[in-house]
Amino acid sequence: MTFTPTELEAEGAAGGEAIGEPASSSPPASGRRLVRTFLRDRVAVACSAYILIVILMAVFAPLLVKLSGYGPLEFDQSAVDSNLGGLPLGWGGGIGADHWFGVEPGNGRDIFARIVYGARVSMTIALLATALTSVLGVVFGLVAGYFGGRIDMVVSRVMEFLMAFPALIFMIAVLSALPAENRQALLVVVISFFGWPYLARIVRGQTMSLKQREFVESAKASGASSAQIIFKEILPNLSSTIIVMTTLAVPGYVGTEAGLSFLGVGVVPPTPSWGQMIASSVPWYAVDPAYFLFPGAFLFLLVLSFTVLGDRIKKIAESGEARS
Amino acid sequence: MTSTSDERPLLRVRGLTVGFPTAAGTVDVVKSLDFDLARGGALGIVGESGSGKSMTSLAIMGLLPKGAKRTGSIEFDGTELSELREREMQAVRGDRIAMVFQDPLSSLNPYYTVGTQISEAYLSHRTGVTRRQARKVAIEAMERVHIRNAPRRVDHYPHQFSGGMRQRVMIAMTLSMEPDLIIADEPTTALDVTVQAQILDLLAEIRRDTGAGLILITHDLAVVSEVADHLIVMREGDLVEQGAAERIFCDPQEDYTRMLLDAVPRIDDEIGLLRTAAVETGTAEEDR
Amino acid sequence: MIRFLVNRLLGMAVVLFLVCVFTYVIFFVLSPDPAVQICGKNCTPEAIDRIRANLGLDQPFWSQFWTFLTGLFAGRTYGTGANLIDCAAPCLGYSFQSSQPVTEMILQRLPVSATVAIGAAVLWLLAGVSAGLVSAVREGRFTDRFITGLTLTGMSIPNYVLGLSLQFLLVVTLGWLPFPHAVAFGDDPVQWFANFLMPWIVLSIGAAAVYTRLTRANVIETLQENYVRTARAKGLRPGLVWRRHALRPALTPIVTIFGMDFAGLLGGALITETVFGLNGVGKLAADSITKNDQPVIMGVTLLAAFLVVVGNMIVDLLYTTIDPRVRVGSAT
Repeated sequence: MTFTPTELEAEGAAGGEAIGEPASSSPPASGRRLVRTFLRDRVAVACSAYILIVILMAVFAPLLVKLSGYGPLEFDQSAVDSNLGGLPLGWGGGIGADHWFGVEPGNGRDIFARIVYGARVSMTIALLATALTSVLGVVFGLVAGYFGGRIDMVVSRVMEFLMAFPALIFMIAVLSALPAENRQALLVVVISFFGWPYLARIVRGQTMSLKQREFVESAKASGASSAQIIFKEILPNLSSTIIVMTTLAVPGYVGTEAGLSFLGVGVVPPTPSWGQMIASSVPWYAVDPAYFLFPGAFLFLLVLSFTVLGDRIKKIAESGEARS
Repeated sequence: MTSTSDERPLLRVRGLTVGFPTAAGTVDVVKSLDFDLARGGALGIVGESGSGKSMTSLAIMGLLPKGAKRTGSIEFDGTELSELREREMQAVRGDRIAMVFQDPLSSLNPYYTVGTQISEAYLSHRTGVTRRQARKVAIEAMERVHIRNAPRRVDHYPHQFSGGMRQRVMIAMTLSMEPDLIIADEPTTALDVTVQAQILDLLAEIRRDTGAGLILITHDLAVVSEVADHLIVMREGDLVEQGAAERIFCDPQEDYTRMLLDAVPRIDDEIGLLRTAAVETGTAEEDR
Repeated sequence: MIRFLVNRLLGMAVVLFLVCVFTYVIFFVLSPDPAVQICGKNCTPEAIDRIRANLGLDQPFWSQFWTFLTGLFAGRTYGTGANLIDCAAPCLGYSFQSSQPVTEMILQRLPVSATVAIGAAVLWLLAGVSAGLVSAVREGRFTDRFITGLTLTGMSIPNYVLGLSLQFLLVVTLGWLPFPHAVAFGDDPVQWFANFLMPWIVLSIGAAAVYTRLTRANVIETLQENYVRTARAKGLRPGLVWRRHALRPALTPIVTIFGMDFAGLLGGALITETVFGLNGVGKLAADSITKNDQPVIMGVTLLAAFLVVVGNMIVDLLYTTIDPRVRVGSAT
């Protein structure tokens, strides 16, 4: 249950309600004030810093690996004790100048390199899935909310159908049935396929209420086309909702990717992913806890940072709107 | 307000100030207000939104929002309310001073029948009463506000009533305890025009029958002209003008009052219209 | 009321049918040919054809789907001639890898999954609602901020990370708990409890965090409702105002979510069961993924979808009795 629909739903509902009245004008001064509020919040800054570090790690993975000396797929039999079933030599799973985070038991692959490359996989999948979900969610939500009628009915039914699904099990089923050529792209598609209704539902609701507002009425009266109204009048007013919802969705997707990889239907070896590293550490955790601790801690902190950040952004967005 | 002037007033407010602490210091929303209400009298407090009229009523009830600061004296039937402890204030609320709020739908709890909500105060203020007695009291109260079929309607939920009927339920809620003072905060604002007149008639009738004092808070002079015999005009927390209702209507002393009056042209016509409309649509709305 | 029920049941049937089609299409179109898998290493094209005919895989898609659907209600048989395999009424398929009908495999493992799910549900409901209440009462103070911090942590920790950490700490390092393995309650209640304790905690922590936040938000919002002010204006005791006018409206929506979450869990807590090696439906699914045992994965998927849809419906019905506004058949 790494990915609970309820979580998103609950957050969405809470967020959606609070942001029910989007500010019709957001002067730059208030934007700067929001940034200042954010910078004064130490926890939020710490979370952003950690996320930034992981992103930099992902971007500069080849460089970092060159610095540390071992690639993610390189075996180092000299670092493990073949007499003890391949346990890493030395303290803490083989932590030392050679291997900063130690090595994998058995084949002696460098954990630091695998963490760094794993960050690439985690971030790429989570961010792409978020982007795709947002596009789908906003488009379907806007269309359903704005046009209403039959279109709304069809979209709403599809959303209900997808949300009634036990998403995790179904994702596993789909992923295990599908051939494993481009795992990462497939993961993004599958995660987004089940993820978009949560955003779409909120966008739909807000579009429906915005549609009634005076400025939309006046735009309509002055002869603006539907596309103009949607993109110029309604979409800008949804921006804070979309930002909050997407920030809150990222940690869910990081966790989902890791969970699916943990279960063996996500990223397949030898490509490193944090979830999959944790899965392969299971037989070893009693004798070599470091093998489990590194990916576990990196994953937990990443999800936590995104969650806290989303929470803070939501609060700031709410208080910003309360003031305006 | 004239016949009872020799008695001690029912409510005597002196120097009532309500303030909210903000980053820029305390902001007073009610500034040193003085007024009296005679027994059985009807006082109208008139002002635009933000004039502090609602805060005045909440201050009397001791229901100000968190953080609000109240100073000054509120003497009710010889008791200084501002000196009462919360426990003692609870005994006054609902029993001796009752309140009718603006939006009857959101002011009624959707999860309970109207009967439960009407008899709730009775059950909690009177010791040793049975549920059956409380139910009877609820039905009687509903009959007094002219809700037809009260013995059946008592078991219905708020959403099964129309707007005007809901406000009648709210009024019935205050009646069950036979309070000495009823505060009605914009009781007609959320209602249709035709229903407004009916509710005002009902308030006037109840005041006549029970002898309870009435404070009617509104932004609408047309509303107040019908019920109140004494008026207070408020603006931004200050008292602009007070006096007998007739005097203020005929001969307002302040520009602001005159402006408010001009905003409601042909008061008599309008009330007349409301009357006829009410008669034409029948005395009460049909049960839905 | 009856019309409402019929409508709901029809809607449910439609959703379940779509779930069947959806699932079946994915496995039919995308999965590797089961005949090749069954045939094994020393396989001839003739052998594959024979297996295909036996399984009905040579039939067109719709005919196969129809056989599958009827199998759900009336049971079906696999194979031809002497080696007939019977698959009784709710036939979800047949696993050739373990030579067992899928329904039987699931039923064997359902008690463990139910134990895990029910225990976790009780835990998260109690912990979530009470923590949420405390947080709401102390809004803005230290306790509230502390609980909010905890909920963010609880929401963020992946349950396999928590499960493995707890196991390392409590079982390996401290030796306080035994390594989890299913013990029947009747055999040794204390052991039974000790064994399921970790799975319960791990499975409930995320949901408990979400329920805490939800309860807190709902209670704070309800306390600002006009009808709470009305209740206070009536002179009710604060305790009564809270119990009657704040808690009931605040907690009602939680029933909805609880029903759905719980139904979702009954279909198997894949990760938790896998981490703790508990032989439930979730572990069955996880193992089948590793073994690529398609009929079992499909069976579990269908079961899970079925439980969620039925759970949704029960919640809907329950809601009509809890919330008078949606009560059906009342005079409006």
